[in-house]
Amino acid sequence: MNSIHDMGGMHGFGPIGPEADETVFHSPWKGRVMSLYRAAGFLRLWTIDGGRAMIASLPPATYLTASYYARWLMGLERGLERAGVVGADEIAAGRSLRPAHSRPRIMTAANVANIRRSSFEHPAPAPARFKPGDRVRTLNLNPKTHTRLPRYARGKEGVIEAIRGCHVFSDTAAIGAAEDPRWLYTVEFSGLQLWGADPDPALSVSIGAFEPDLARHERARHRLCRDSVR
Amino acid sequence: MQARVRALETILTEKGYVDPNVLDRIVDAFETKIGARNGVRIVARAWTDPEFEARLLADATNSLGFSSPVGAHLIAVENTPRIHNMVVCTLGSCYPWEVLRLPPVWYKSAPYRSRAVIEPRAVLAEFGVELPAHTRIRVWDSTAATRCLVLPMRSSGTEGWSEERLADLVTRDSMIGTGLVKSP
Repeated sequence: MNSIHDMGGMHGFGPIGPEADETVFHSPWKGRVMSLYRAAGFLRLWTIDGGRAMIASLPPATYLTASYYARWLMGLERGLERAGVVGADEIAAGRSLRPAHSRPRIMTAANVANIRRSSFEHPAPAPARFKPGDRVRTLNLNPKTHTRLPRYARGKEGVIEAIRGCHVFSDTAAIGAAEDPRWLYTVEFSGLQLWGADPDPALSVSIGAFEPDLARHERARHRLCRDSVR
Repeated sequence: MQARVRALETILTEKGYVDPNVLDRIVDAFETKIGARNGVRIVARAWTDPEFEARLLADATNSLGFSSPVGAHLIAVENTPRIHNMVVCTLGSCYPWEVLRLPPVWYKSAPYRSRAVIEPRAVLAEFGVELPAHTRIRVWDSTAATRCLVLPMRSSGTEGWSEERLADLVTRDSMIGTGLVKSP
C-alpha cells in the first residue's frame, strides 16, 4: 500500500531531535497500549504483518498527527473490531456489552517471562533463485495491500549480498492468506541508483527483500533498451 | 488517549481476553528487563574475544547465549575506518529490542525514518558525528524479518581493558550507528 508509513527519502520532516532524558514509556497509557497490543497479539487474531497493515492503513493525516502509541491503539481497535472480538458500540460505550463468543487461551504471567520475537523462519519450498553477488532488479509494485518493499527501492538495480533464510512472506501473511514462506535476501543498492548523482557518492542502502519482489537483472538487455531510447 | 486506552482495557478484561495483572507485568518487562545491557555486553565481548566476534559477524542469531533468543534473524555489522553502518526502519519501528531495549522516540519518528536513507551524513551531523568524506556509509533499512546490530569501532587507548570496563564505553546510539563509542 502506498501510504504515509513508507517515509524513506521524503523531505520536509525537519530535524531529528534526540532526547536528553529517555524513558521507555513517556506516559503510563503508552505502556498500557504496548501491553494490550502484546496480550491481544497472543490471541492470534492477526499476524504480525496484519498488525503492521492495520497501522499503515490509518488515514495519512491521522498517522502523521498521532503519536506512535496512539497509532498502535487505533490499529488495535481496528483489528479487534475486524476480528469480531470487540464491537464499535462497545468501544463507544467503554464497556463490554456482550460476553465473549469463545474462551480464548490468554496470555499469562508465565508467557510474559518468555516474551520474545517469534521465529518466522520456515523450511524452504524450493531452492533459492539467487545467490550472493547476483544482480537483481526490484519489481515496480504498487499493491493496495501490504508490502514491505519501500517505494524508494522499487524498480531499482541492486546486488544480492546475502541469503537470510526462508521467512513468512509479509504480503500474503498480512491479508490472512496461508503462510507462504519465501526466500529473504539482503539486497544492496548504491546511493546513485536510488537517489541519482546528488546526495552522497559514498552511500549505499540495503533492504530485506523477499524473492517474489526480485527479478534477475539482465545487464545486456538493459543496455539495449537504453540505446534504443537514445 | 488515557481514557480511550482504559476503555479498551476494561472491555477486553470484562470479556476475559486479557488479565490486567499480566498487562502490568508486560509493562514492567519492557521497562526493566527486556534487552537491558544485552547489546553492551555483546559488543564488549566481541572486542575482547576474537572467536566470539567471528561467530557474531557470521551468524549473530545463533551466536548469542541469552535465555531469550532472538527469533528473528539478527545481523551484526562491523564498523571500520572504511565503512560506517547505520540502521533504520523507514516503514515503521523494526528494531532489535532483544539486545537494545525498545527503540528511542527519534528512531520511530518521521524525520529519522525519512532522512536516514537519503542523507545519512546530515543525520549523523545532528547526532554530532562527523565522518571522513572517504568513509562509506552503509544504511540498513529493516524492512523484513531481519534486525541489525552495529558493532562499533573500539576506542584507541583501551588496550588490555577488561570486558566490564569496555562495556561502559558502549553507547546505545553506537549500536544503531548514529553515534560513536565514548572515549576512555
